[in-house]
Amino acid sequence: MSTPATQTDTATTGRIGDSPLRPDGVQKVTGEFAYSSDLWLDDMIWGATLRSPHPHARIRSIDIGAAMATAGVHTVLTADDVPGRNRVGLEHDDQPALADGIVRYQGEPVAIVAADHPEVARQAAKKIVVDYEVLPAVTEGRAALDPTAPLVHPDGNLVRHLRIRKGGTVPDSAPVVVSLDFEVGMQDQAFLGPESGLAVPAEDGGVELYVATQWLHVDQRQICQALALPPEKVRLTLAGVGGAFGGREDLSMHVHACLLAMHTNRPVKMVYNREESFFGHVHRHPASMRYEFGADEDGRLRYGKAEIVFDGGAYASSTGAVVGNGGTMGLGPYRFPVVHVDCFGVYTNNPPCGAMRGFGCVQAAFAHEALMDELADRVGVDRIAIRQLNGMREGDENITGQLIDSAAPVGELLQIVNDLPLPPAPTGTRDLRDLPGGVANTTHGEGVVRGVGYAVTYKNVGFSEGFDDYSTARVRLEITAGEPVVTVHTAAAEVGQGLITVEQQICRTELGVERVVVHAKDTQVGSGGSTSASRQTYVTGGAVKAACEAVRTAILERAAAAARTPVAGLRLDGGKIVSSSGEVVAALADLLGAEAIEETVEWRHRPTSRIDPETGQGDAHVQYAFSAHRAVVDVDIELGLVKVVALDTAQDVGKAINPAAVMGQIQGGSAQGMGLALMEEIIVQDGIIRNPSFTDYLIPTILDMPPMKIEVLEYADPHAPYGVRGVGEPPTISSGPAVAAAIRQATGLALRRVPVRPEHITGTL
Amino acid sequence: MRITTTVNGESRQVDDVWPGESLLYVLRERMGLPGSKNACEQGECGSCTVYLDNVPVCACLVAAGQAQDRDITTVEGLADGEDLHPVQQCFVEAGAVQCGFCTPGLIVAAHDLLAREPQPSDPEIREALAGNLCRCTGYEKILDAVRLAADRMATT
Repeated sequence: MSTPATQTDTATTGRIGDSPLRPDGVQKVTGEFAYSSDLWLDDMIWGATLRSPHPHARIRSIDIGAAMATAGVHTVLTADDVPGRNRVGLEHDDQPALADGIVRYQGEPVAIVAADHPEVARQAAKKIVVDYEVLPAVTEGRAALDPTAPLVHPDGNLVRHLRIRKGGTVPDSAPVVVSLDFEVGMQDQAFLGPESGLAVPAEDGGVELYVATQWLHVDQRQICQALALPPEKVRLTLAGVGGAFGGREDLSMHVHACLLAMHTNRPVKMVYNREESFFGHVHRHPASMRYEFGADEDGRLRYGKAEIVFDGGAYASSTGAVVGNGGTMGLGPYRFPVVHVDCFGVYTNNPPCGAMRGFGCVQAAFAHEALMDELADRVGVDRIAIRQLNGMREGDENITGQLIDSAAPVGELLQIVNDLPLPPAPTGTRDLRDLPGGVANTTHGEGVVRGVGYAVTYKNVGFSEGFDDYSTARVRLEITAGEPVVTVHTAAAEVGQGLITVEQQICRTELGVERVVVHAKDTQVGSGGSTSASRQTYVTGGAVKAACEAVRTAILERAAAAARTPVAGLRLDGGKIVSSSGEVVAALADLLGAEAIEETVEWRHRPTSRIDPETGQGDAHVQYAFSAHRAVVDVDIELGLVKVVALDTAQDVGKAINPAAVMGQIQGGSAQGMGLALMEEIIVQDGIIRNPSFTDYLIPTILDMPPMKIEVLEYADPHAPYGVRGVGEPPTISSGPAVAAAIRQATGLALRRVPVRPEHITGTL
Repeated sequence: MRITTTVNGESRQVDDVWPGESLLYVLRERMGLPGSKNACEQGECGSCTVYLDNVPVCACLVAAGQAQDRDITTVEGLADGEDLHPVQQCFVEAGAVQCGFCTPGLIVAAHDLLAREPQPSDPEIREALAGNLCRCTGYEKILDAVRLAADRMATT
């Protein structure tokens, strides 16, 4: 158990618990902030990618002659030009950087071009002649498990099968049995900043890559393998990141830009357009789920059964870990004496799927929350009560037998959202903008019915199942122009969530120094781990805190020696060393002079363990975060249009390091969950993406988002730095199921698929 | 081709423009003004919003040649030297910026709204900004920022 070294009386502002402004905010509102697509060098050229038009095909030949002969083209490269092992991948290196012999999804990179102008590069790419032999494709998750299905990879179509067995055999019957099938469509992260970066060849034969990513070091490892270069010759720096949400955990243009730069000896910039972006990153797994819960007459759960199939698409990406999450948390934050879960991740010839905010829990939550509503209705209790009756509590075991050893306020979160005031019932003439269909003027209120829905979730924080999940922080304290300045250096990616602000706050808190400079994020310091799994405030925050403590120890010992006073009771505040009675012992400026104190710390959270392959039992996760939502919707039942009127939520964040940023995460995360319930789906037919644009793939606008009431609980996790609990993902998990439940309540329809489309409501499908 | 325009009050001339280029490309890649963003380049997201003769447009949908002899203001031209415009200042203060990729377009759109309607209602704000996608914030703090800017501009 860690003891927060928090001070109460302080001269230093912008510490943890405050909401200081983002250090990059001014640059972002003036247009000066350099995103990965903004980079520019005098002699740079542009890269473009030729992608497969087929979901599954053998490449008979590639003719690059016409492309190479195009004026302004510098080079054209294929798999033959990859010097190292032509395989990349997060968990399994099963994906060629450039297709070698077989393409396994529409959009797979086949060749790359460098030219003077981006349009010349794109036009030249179209002149590459690829002779394909089209192969039979498997384009549906469950079908991929059929023994007669076409094989996507030689070893079969199964990526992972997770079994969870607990409490003995599932009973043949129970007083109340409810079941359902549920399907979730493929969601896109739809970050606004497209995949992009600048690769610069280096004089030592290596390459510098400036790129938008979530995890510099895992990128570096894969690039090194493909380029056959040691890590010291592949140097990455984080460029400005225009959102991520999981979609930047895998490589996109990284290897391609480096290859082009090294072949041409010129800096190469690559920027995807929106259409290419839909092919350039993994998506959220579509899921096909079958659930059955058995309960007593009063609704108390006796058993939970689930079979979940995640369509992983053509390459593994993080499918294995998504299966881990979908399985281990697949029944939701409830108490089950008997558990029988099978969770599958499969290869298909669909676009690869991998990480997206909520990571396996999002899909399952739609199913278990729909089933809890069904159970409530069958038993005849309300939907809050059924969840409070069965909700997980601190001290419970979850379905993998792991002890929930910090707060698990399922019942309280539901009570909070239930007690929040509801929006007033509509009366009189309504503003069109408040109605389903909006200013399209499709209704003035006729045919519109209101519904209310609830959902609750829990989500693991950090990497799981025995993964060595750590972060590294280097903290330096020195005197610059007479003032103490702290520099914090981590490789942990800032993607918009505000980690850089949190790093500053922790340094100010621990070192009592106002001015904290956040060093550029790069591979010149050890790995920060991934900006995913809601983990950076916890893990990189923990590393920064530990590095600060090491710096502080060194300074206080020095101060104690100089002042011939015991070190105990000394603290840092306002750039000074202060005694326990508040007297100034020394100013940092005097104590340090021209010397700097620097410490680098690699920090780990408490270990997790692998789960048993037969039973799924084990302490898979380091921490759980809980949230609940209540959605209120108006549904035009004649046209099938939905307006979300309110989306209220309560969440336990452990400790809000930056309360304003916490609210921003909850608001933004809720919007993404709502989007999946209502509108967001990549339509894939026979392996072909039908809507790769923001014209046809819709995300919520400011007109779609309702006002939100948000209640934040702070039940410190005694195992985590400052008691923090990951924040970013739970809102994306519980918001969507609440919206779907509200539509079901309004319409009386079963609605076993999301996104809910108008034709599902009107029955015209 | 050669394009001559006024950008942020300065006369600018660029040569060798390929006629297929958009105003967005010329601003970003030829004039060194990457503040206007390239989120969709399809006119759907609003991240490239600039003023063209005082009318907000998606720069990605304006052909470079259409900018000839026109007056353009980008997000880079809204601050008064080091002093941020109140809309910019309020976006920072309200926490309306996360990744920030939508921000330049939203700043221009909100700037335009407040010039037309200094005290907009919430539905008016929502309608005015409905063409600007944001993926990070859920828009709540963007509404806060615009309300704050309206208040601040009314009292100064």
